[in-house]
Amino acid sequence: MTEGEPFFQLDWVLEHLDTLAQRIGEHMLVTVIAVVAGFVISFGLALAVRRYPRLYGPILAVSGVLYAIPSIALFVLFIPITGLSLLTAEIALVSYTLVILVRNIVTGLRGVPAEVIEAARGMGYTDRQRLWRVELPIALPIIVAGVRIATVTTIGLVTIATLIGMGGLGYLIVNIGVQQRFPTATITGVAIVVLLSTIVDFGLLAVQHRLTPWAKAREA
Amino acid sequence: MTSSAAVVRLEHVSKRFGPEGGPEAVSDLSLEIPAGEICVLVGPSGCGKTTTMKMINRLIEPTSGRITIDGEDVMALPAVELRRRIGYVIQQVGLFPHLTVAENVAVVPRLLRWPERQVRERTDELLNLVRLQPSTYGDRYPAALSGGERQRVGVARALAADPPLMLMDEPFGAVDPILRDRLQNEFLRLQAQVRKTIVFVTHDVDEAIKMADRIAILQRGGILAQYDTPDAILAAPASDFVAHFVGADRGLKRLSLGRVRDLELGKPITARAGEPRDELRHRLEEAAADFVLLVDDTDRPIGWISRAALGGDGTVTVDDAIPGSPTLEPESTLRDALSVMLGSSVQLGVVVDDDERVLGVVSVDAISDVLRAAPARPS
Repeated sequence: MTEGEPFFQLDWVLEHLDTLAQRIGEHMLVTVIAVVAGFVISFGLALAVRRYPRLYGPILAVSGVLYAIPSIALFVLFIPITGLSLLTAEIALVSYTLVILVRNIVTGLRGVPAEVIEAARGMGYTDRQRLWRVELPIALPIIVAGVRIATVTTIGLVTIATLIGMGGLGYLIVNIGVQQRFPTATITGVAIVVLLSTIVDFGLLAVQHRLTPWAKAREA
Repeated sequence: MTSSAAVVRLEHVSKRFGPEGGPEAVSDLSLEIPAGEICVLVGPSGCGKTTTMKMINRLIEPTSGRITIDGEDVMALPAVELRRRIGYVIQQVGLFPHLTVAENVAVVPRLLRWPERQVRERTDELLNLVRLQPSTYGDRYPAALSGGERQRVGVARALAADPPLMLMDEPFGAVDPILRDRLQNEFLRLQAQVRKTIVFVTHDVDEAIKMADRIAILQRGGILAQYDTPDAILAAPASDFVAHFVGADRGLKRLSLGRVRDLELGKPITARAGEPRDELRHRLEEAAADFVLLVDDTDRPIGWISRAALGGDGTVTVDDAIPGSPTLEPESTLRDALSVMLGSSVQLGVVVDDDERVLGVVSVDAISDVLRAAPARPS
């Protein structure tokens, strides 16, 4: 920042809309890959826990430890193995989603009332039918709540992934804003991250309400 | 509805949850449940009644013995197919909160892949059967229903695929006493229409007596203490355990089973206002009776006149009568009849028809005769 220059330059933002859009695209791609991969892994782990409840403790412990490792450390840890790649970023990001997603999916499944499960068994659902048609739909609000937290968390973490060359909004905030002493870029980047998190959070909530009209009847 | 009901037979069925040699939850139990009857399994907790019921649809598998439905061994079919042919109702109902009332009722027909049009017709039919307007209730979610409505949906759901057999595990156990009584009556009315074979579990003797065609009383360890009609069990408990379990007031409980129409009614001496008193005195003496029943022109009872109040000359008037105690109908239970008699100064109950005309009277002696008589057998 040179002397006499305004702290925030709207002109710069308006001139670089296409760059901003590109950064948002990068950011969301990394986020979506992390959440989808995290969900697939967590779903598998939660189903394993449904069948073998004793696995739950160890799975929570391991994912909890992963969650406790600072994100920068986790990125750095994998650089010697997977380099400055998308894979390195995703390994770290996915690790962070696990503890949230596993816990919410398992809690959701365990929250299905015992009498509902007994009724389903007594009426002749197979185990698989019971999972897909009864337990998962009833667990959906809690599962979606987990996805919302995981997604918002990941959107924030992707910002840091710029340190290993992943671009995204972190590039605006750190590489342009901080390193080149250009506050406009930092402010714009942070604002977009916050906005993005909020929109995605509410968007997922709206999707959940669409999918579970019955949950509203219960709250009423 | 025209589906048939199934005969259920348990042959030397035992269930042990622990290791071999450990205690049995159900022990060498043999029962035959006739088609179209309500068989109530009753007993204290730990008597194996729920275990016994769940072995019929294989939610629990017997350790030994055989269970057949219409002669077919329940082990011969995959468990899920067996269960789709058996209605199942549980205490907490277990409606699916994420499905509407109509979708809940349609669960088993859809598992059986009925054509969609048939599913919809059947759902409407069943909701009407349990007195829930399909247009009003069909699209509601269970959370928006009252306890009684949920229980009715549970029954409709169990009946959906027209199973010849229904298992009901304390179905009215979680509702308040007034609602329970109403649901029980509704269910008995429903059963009179559908005539399913029903295995009904309860720990409540009064509910068992009310609902059952036959009661199986189980004692700890799943030992069958007695299996008979409610009347026979109350009249002649097979053991001290049964006598104790049904309660010291079993005579009174038996009275709830009998109806006034089962009694031979006595003919009272009747009189109308304006008849001469001396003539009535004479008729009482001849009949060795103590009271005349004053009736109006259409034979409706007004009240009793005692022999003592018939002194003097002239004619009887309405003012001579002791204002009437409640009347009985042929459908009244003997328990109600006894209650009316004990509250009346003459110890007689007046039985009237639908137009309130006198049919006859019942006496305490007639009721006591019933209690001494051999138990009624089912027809």
